[in-house]
Amino acid sequence: MENINLEGSPKTPTVKFDGAAGTMELSGRSIPENSIEFYKPLLEWIEKYGAGPKPKTEVNIKLEYFNTSSSKCILDVFKKLETVKNTDMIINWYYEEDDEDMLEAGEDYQAIISIPFKMIEVAEM
Amino acid sequence: MIDIFDFYNKMERNNIMLSFKGGVTSELLTSILQIMESKLDNLEEQPKTKKKVFNVLVECLQNLYHHIDEAPYGENPLGGNSAIFMICRHEDHYSINTGNFIMAANVKILRERIDAVNAMDKEELKEYYKIVLNNGEMSNKGGGGLGIIDIARKSGQKLEYSFQQVDDATSFFSLNVKVAQ
Repeated sequence: MENINLEGSPKTPTVKFDGAAGTMELSGRSIPENSIEFYKPLLEWIEKYGAGPKPKTEVNIKLEYFNTSSSKCILDVFKKLETVKNTDMIINWYYEEDDEDMLEAGEDYQAIISIPFKMIEVAEM
Repeated sequence: MIDIFDFYNKMERNNIMLSFKGGVTSELLTSILQIMESKLDNLEEQPKTKKKVFNVLVECLQNLYHHIDEAPYGENPLGGNSAIFMICRHEDHYSINTGNFIMAANVKILRERIDAVNAMDKEELKEYYKIVLNNGEMSNKGGGGLGIIDIARKSGQKLEYSFQQVDDATSFFSLNVKVAQ
């Protein structure tokens, strides 16, 4: 399957989805007015990945900002990831030190989603 | 002639960093957010404060983008999506003020929504956010009701608002959100 490599923009995140490596990464910011269009191909990619996942799957979320329009789409990404079976999956949720809001946002998802989360504090994203 | 000096003094007295009146487009918001981000950088705000202000600003401005209703004829020469916003930096807090026309028929539901959010404490807001996030239907208008909850949660303050009747069908909605420094 083809990888997704998208450069970030002022309102959309950098996306690196690598099927062969079993890694998916979102970084930067996700604040578009309408997020559904942006996230749709990512959901489709995960769907395809689910047909033949790697033994280990690592999801890295390194967002500096995201808006409420994106928060629903990010939840949809996680829900789609829940449907991927036969892989050892972890979601690494990065947040900058002192950014309690971002930590809490990760905890909100953790409470809803059954995939293991790891909260990782970094000095700077 | 408009007294622009008077205007200047008013803005200065009210610590207005940026104000805008007109049509709200996606491109405008991109520019405004970039300007505000560099202003916050130049002020060397704590990263925590900077992030909070930026986050709340994004939600407030995107609320305008998504929810402006048509203004009555004559009130709104710039088209159907004219609004006003200003961002002020006071001694101990920032305030984000927005104003937009809404249909009078929508006043009740918006008032109830804000009142409900204002009645909640931090923990209740967190739970409510999760419920709406998980169950709420996403509309093409954005987060499906998450915006107001998120603004209240991140600002940590009660939301101040008012409605002014313009005519039988239209009201003007003003929102003031404070973010502590």
